[in-house]
Amino acid sequence: MNNSVSNTARLLWAGLRALLVLTVVTGIIYPLAITGVAQGLFNDKANGSEITSNGKVVGSSLIGQAYNLPLKKGQETPEPDLKWFQGRPQNGLGTNSVNTQYKLILSGATNRSGDNGAVDGVCPKDPAKAEEATLCQWVVAAKDAVIKDNSVNGYTVKSVPPDAVTSSGSGLDPDISPAYADIQVHRVAEKNGLPVAQVQKLVDDHTDGRTLGFIGEPTVNVLQLNIALKELVAKS
Amino acid sequence: MSPVLAGVLQMVALIAALALAYRPLGDYMAKVYSSDKHLRVEKWIYKGIGANPNTEMRWPAYLRGVLAFSAVSVLFLYLLQRFQGSLPGSLGFSSIDPDQAFNTAASFVSNTNWQSYYGEQAMGHVVQTGGLAVQNFLSASVGIAVAVALVRGFARSRTGELGNFWSDLVRGTVRILLPISVIAAIVLVACGAIQNFSGIHEVGQFTGGSQQWNGGAVASQEAIKELGTNGGGYFNANSAHPFENPNAFSNLFEIFLILLIPFALTRTFGRMVGSLKQGYAILATMVTIWIGFTALMMWTEFAHHGPAFDIAGGAMEGKETRFGVGASSIFAVATTLTSTGAVDSFHSSFTGLGGGITMLGMQLGEIAPGGTGSGLYGMLIMAIIAVFIAGLMVGRTPEYLGKKIGTREIKFAACYILITPALVLVFTAAAMALPTPGNSMTNSGAHGFSEILYAYTSASNNNGSAFAGLNADTQWFNSTLGLAMLLGRFLPMVFVLALAGSLAEQKPVPATAGTLRTEKPLFTGLLVGAILIITGLTYFPALALGPLAEGLAS
Repeated sequence: MNNSVSNTARLLWAGLRALLVLTVVTGIIYPLAITGVAQGLFNDKANGSEITSNGKVVGSSLIGQAYNLPLKKGQETPEPDLKWFQGRPQNGLGTNSVNTQYKLILSGATNRSGDNGAVDGVCPKDPAKAEEATLCQWVVAAKDAVIKDNSVNGYTVKSVPPDAVTSSGSGLDPDISPAYADIQVHRVAEKNGLPVAQVQKLVDDHTDGRTLGFIGEPTVNVLQLNIALKELVAKS
Repeated sequence: MSPVLAGVLQMVALIAALALAYRPLGDYMAKVYSSDKHLRVEKWIYKGIGANPNTEMRWPAYLRGVLAFSAVSVLFLYLLQRFQGSLPGSLGFSSIDPDQAFNTAASFVSNTNWQSYYGEQAMGHVVQTGGLAVQNFLSASVGIAVAVALVRGFARSRTGELGNFWSDLVRGTVRILLPISVIAAIVLVACGAIQNFSGIHEVGQFTGGSQQWNGGAVASQEAIKELGTNGGGYFNANSAHPFENPNAFSNLFEIFLILLIPFALTRTFGRMVGSLKQGYAILATMVTIWIGFTALMMWTEFAHHGPAFDIAGGAMEGKETRFGVGASSIFAVATTLTSTGAVDSFHSSFTGLGGGITMLGMQLGEIAPGGTGSGLYGMLIMAIIAVFIAGLMVGRTPEYLGKKIGTREIKFAACYILITPALVLVFTAAAMALPTPGNSMTNSGAHGFSEILYAYTSASNNNGSAFAGLNADTQWFNSTLGLAMLLGRFLPMVFVLALAGSLAEQKPVPATAGTLRTEKPLFTGLLVGAILIITGLTYFPALALGPLAEGLAS
């Protein structure tokens, strides 16, 4: 009995020593070495791919942000500033937890299912009739808003791409699809007093195709597009 | 190019890349675990451990090594979290509560990496890098060690010796996981993954105001997170977070890392048992299931049935624009057919059937290709079951790789395959029967049930992904999921090592005309069938209540 207790103790002691030694290798040397290489070779990327505009840091090319009007008195959720291109909806982690709204970096998805808020297998067409804070309500309301906001000056939005009405996985998606950028062109041109063709060209210039032609999906980086838009407005 | 075609081409590119790495890596790993030589750095490590790496261990000794090392690891990681508040480099985060610290310690040591905490709001640099990332390496290395011990059981005869646990642990870490992680981490930084030790800081925004950022050793952890099929994200959004997975290329690269070692281990297996063809038969089984599942997933996600997706015109909820539906589907299948559980898109917001595919993938036992090591030994257990079934059909004592599958062996294999289903179904039933656990659901109805079924499936199979609407940071879920992870990891290992010992003692049986040829396509077909039927019979009733009910309604 005594023997087996001391054997167990010896084994656990060996286990602890193994853990400590390997912690030094994989938990201290390895991350520090990688950090050294990363900071030396890819300084900008290793620190978050910050973007500057007019000498000021305005965010990261990798992290989405909100383009809203300042909060008015008594308002709880800010309204979008329609002068700028808008990113994907920001329903954050939903109501059971903290909402990210692109502000505080607590990343995460809504985790709502495709039938969340559906009645008899369909989403109620009137968002007011759908249950609050369900995927059905969000998507229906977002779609109505996208059509209303962007149908200006005789232009009507015909089809709304899915990324315009759904929240992303991280809640921090920096990109939108080219189709979503395209339907915002008329609105942005009007609000900024720019010719439609000029804004459309801006979107086309900021559209990134798939990597090597087949990896991922085509994207438009909203922050970079808005920075270019701001410069265009300043020039004209 | 249509998104569907782009998805298919990404899958083709992935297969090509894995095929290129298969031979060199598989042969290299066989050499690592067969060589008598020790590297200088390894000799230092053995000195630090105080173990002789040349002592051969029989299965009970090997098992004691695994359990002692893992027990110490759980305790160490638990204490590290409990004392986080007093440690430097913790970004001001407080100590983790006991139930959550237990859950997280069990989770990372069992290669599950289930997370009931929000990474960026709970864990500082010391716990993330010095505790969690370390277990990303070590739990993966333990998994490979156990698989290699089983392979030695097949390869060796008239001995009970399975190798030396300390040597296998150290070699797996130093010679396999570390070098690949170094390369992978640098590739990820080059793509845009962050790697720094800055604290929480504010960064200016376009329209004014600021955004709060966390720094961290993200790229170095991301590399081993995928390579070791761990899956615990630095941030709450896991591989959907742009700082973990910045662009479409890094996404495909991470999927490649997930699948790299589990597939290549079939070559290692073939090498070590002296018949590459046996390895190919196992590989063919894995590939068949993997491609089949990916095709099904792409089909259901592109078809996007579901009330909200019908309105939206696509199943983009919980998916990132840069990945799209195709790459997200490939990732989701790779992560649930292995024990990874990292996500680049949120499974809870997949279509009903898509969510079901992720669950079924885990319920197969994560063997196609499965976790690092655990995938290979899980698949070899299924192969034993398959030869046993074939043996029953012809009325002959089954053999596999020249070893008789007798009463003792089949008992170990049967115990192995019963453990996880028992854990999943009993815990799910208990959670549904009790009044309070259900309060954690975000969605109602069939999907709410799926959230709980998914949680126990994920924990017991050591996956770690979630239908993350479930608020799992409650005492009930932290404790029961923690238990499920530990039992689901270490009980099967007991039977694997016992089986390995029993096989190693046998003398080889010469193959005769009546021997089932386990290197032929016929056997691969039999094995695929056995896996699907056994899993189907076990889980069909539970799946019918959750994902099938949801998927068929829309």
